[in-house]
Amino acid sequence: MSAGLASAGGASRAEVSAGAAVLLPHDEWRPGSAFRGAGDIFAPGQEATGAALAIALAEGCPRVGPGKDVPPASSDERPFLWVQDNRAAKLGGRPYLPGLPRDLRHRCVHVRTKDAADALFALEEGIRCRDLAFVIGEIAGNPREMDFTASRRLVLAAERHGVPLWLVRLDARRDLGASRMRWDAVSAPSAPSQWNAQAPGAPRWQAELFRARGTRPGTWWISREESADGTGRITGAAAPRDGDLAGEAGDRSLAAAAPDR
Amino acid sequence: MAIWLARLAIDRWRLLRPTADDTTHPDTPSYRGGRLAEGEGEDAAPVALIRETAHGPRIDAVNRAATQAGVRTDMMLADARALCPQIATHPADAAGDLAFLEKMAVWAQRWGPWSAMDMPDGLLVDVTGAAHLFGGEQRLLVDAQAMLARRGLTARLAIAPTAGAAWALAHHGPSRAILDTAANDPQEEIAQRLSPLPMAALRLDDDVLLVMRRLGLKRLGDLSGIGRDALVRRFRNRRTPAANPLLRHDQLTGRVPEPLLPVTARPPAMVQHRLMEPIRHLTLLEVVLGDLAAALVRELEGRGEGARRIDFTCWRVDGEVVTRRLELAAASRDPAHICRLFTEKLQNLEAGFGFEMMRLTASWAEPLDLAQVRLGETEGEHGTSLAACIDRLATRLGPDAVRRAVPHASHLPERAQRWQAPLDPMPAAQEEMAFHHRPLKLLDRAETIEVLYATPDGLPRRFRWRGSLHQVLRAEGPERIAPEWWRERGSTRLRDYYRIEDGEGRRYWLYRAGLAGDGRGGLPQWFLHGLFA
Repeated sequence: MSAGLASAGGASRAEVSAGAAVLLPHDEWRPGSAFRGAGDIFAPGQEATGAALAIALAEGCPRVGPGKDVPPASSDERPFLWVQDNRAAKLGGRPYLPGLPRDLRHRCVHVRTKDAADALFALEEGIRCRDLAFVIGEIAGNPREMDFTASRRLVLAAERHGVPLWLVRLDARRDLGASRMRWDAVSAPSAPSQWNAQAPGAPRWQAELFRARGTRPGTWWISREESADGTGRITGAAAPRDGDLAGEAGDRSLAAAAPDR
Repeated sequence: MAIWLARLAIDRWRLLRPTADDTTHPDTPSYRGGRLAEGEGEDAAPVALIRETAHGPRIDAVNRAATQAGVRTDMMLADARALCPQIATHPADAAGDLAFLEKMAVWAQRWGPWSAMDMPDGLLVDVTGAAHLFGGEQRLLVDAQAMLARRGLTARLAIAPTAGAAWALAHHGPSRAILDTAANDPQEEIAQRLSPLPMAALRLDDDVLLVMRRLGLKRLGDLSGIGRDALVRRFRNRRTPAANPLLRHDQLTGRVPEPLLPVTARPPAMVQHRLMEPIRHLTLLEVVLGDLAAALVRELEGRGEGARRIDFTCWRVDGEVVTRRLELAAASRDPAHICRLFTEKLQNLEAGFGFEMMRLTASWAEPLDLAQVRLGETEGEHGTSLAACIDRLATRLGPDAVRRAVPHASHLPERAQRWQAPLDPMPAAQEEMAFHHRPLKLLDRAETIEVLYATPDGLPRRFRWRGSLHQVLRAEGPERIAPEWWRERGSTRLRDYYRIEDGEGRRYWLYRAGLAGDGRGGLPQWFLHGLFA
């Protein structure tokens, strides 16, 4: 899997070109390979953006354990945990097996809890399990239990055990949180479809990284394309592109190409 | 000793029926322990137990009244109704009969050291050297007959030197037959004594019996009349004993040994503690629970098993018994894990005046090999295993909260996946079609949308869902999914699915239920069923 997040904003150009040097050869680079711990994604409840971005980012940031060598993502057969509280499941539905990325379909363990307190318990148990690839949580709104202490607790556990946690907050205000990366994502018009000009194409999202440690915050248009063998690649751009994505989706790294535009 | 429970199915049915008048008090002389006696109440009328077959219901067992009316087993129910219109039918319970037989096999070990099941309605008990404990073989048979009659079962019994001979005598010999060989050639004597029995006494398959009848061999004695070579040649390619009369005859006389599979009761692993002083506090209870769990794990280790279900039973001083049950996702032998899961369930335990005895029973155990414990690896540092994680989740959130989706062969989207326990094996499934686009998330119920403006070809241009407006910019479809006529009503409407994207890039899965003028209701309605990534 190759992936890249690039920012072509004027302020961050130098940083990106430095990043691009690190990117190459892109086969060995994984986005946020230094990233361990928990990330928040704030997303509207009427779309599947939050969950989709969580999956895309989790695939891009494979789990790194202390002193353990990480298997390549394609051969990772560990299950992942998907926790939803009842309100989130009612709001956005439950995960649908035929719609999941093909390499994740048989690995999904789903937990549905009646309230946010139970969801937090399930998330923490999931983080402390060594056999999980990553944990995705979906909590709707701003419940009282989901305060800074709970967030801090999750982040510390995730960093200690090295299991990435992506917590999707549906229809929530940006409250206090301890996560290393906090995104605010909405869906964006999809890339043109390769076969049918009238049809929706590969999904894209507009995501604002409003708090991050080790990375400069900014806004990206992120897209994920699934190749024939079922593995997905996530690419980011600082400005919406129209039409060029399908043409460029070859071996060349889009992230490396982005600053030249 | 062979026991033939000749009317097992109908006896079991009769014993499970309520008595004719429930007003009978247990103290009155006519009370028979709440069981229906033979020929009383419902059993006085003709009754048949039926099983469903491809060609309609077929009779499995009949009671005496039905036999007198001319109904036989293996008849079609329609034929039986012609003979005896008032016959009452009940479904046969073959699995229950088998479970009952297994229990009977263990129970029958009161007469001998080991017993075997003889499907479908017989038992074989080895009473070699045990008969003198009952005062001889004759007294043993009388005792067994009385014990079985007290349980309400019709039985025929026989004792013989080989299992085959005992079976033949129980089914086709005189009542309570005993075959004891005194001569120095027991094989010859058995063959001699059993020669008048019919060929069916050899436990042969029906088609082989037909062959034997066509050959003119009707009794066991007929076999000795023809040469052994001829029989060997005629049945040379029949390997199974049930298809080879010569092999069966040799087993009957004891020339060839007949291995039997004994039934052995296997009590579940159990440990219990009696306490000097009743305890009332949770901390002490947890200490006792820890000791019990360690003892149970040692016991399971000796058996090479791991527990899947554990019952924790506490006896209170005032006679109350409190039980807590725990189910594990995978076989486990970790005392700390078991204790931790139980403490979750002990919070609302009513102690009263205190508990005086506690017991831990592993009522369901699975084989689990011994495994090396890694030195210096603790849960705190290296995390829990997946099974332990699922156990903890299921204990707190309920067993239905933790699930895993598995594919199911259906085109209907909501039926295309099913939920099962996370560690169960994946069922075999056909590869789904890769060219279909399916949403990442599916709503539990498809939600109605209000179409405000539709294009001439029927696709909505603008619609309202959950109070907000959506403008359709791009769409693909329809993908038509027909209802499953073999399980749904005929008035179910087909669905035309569309993938759409609205002005803000939100991607949805819409469908229209039915077509205008399909004769299955009014104008078709629109629904939103899934959310794409």
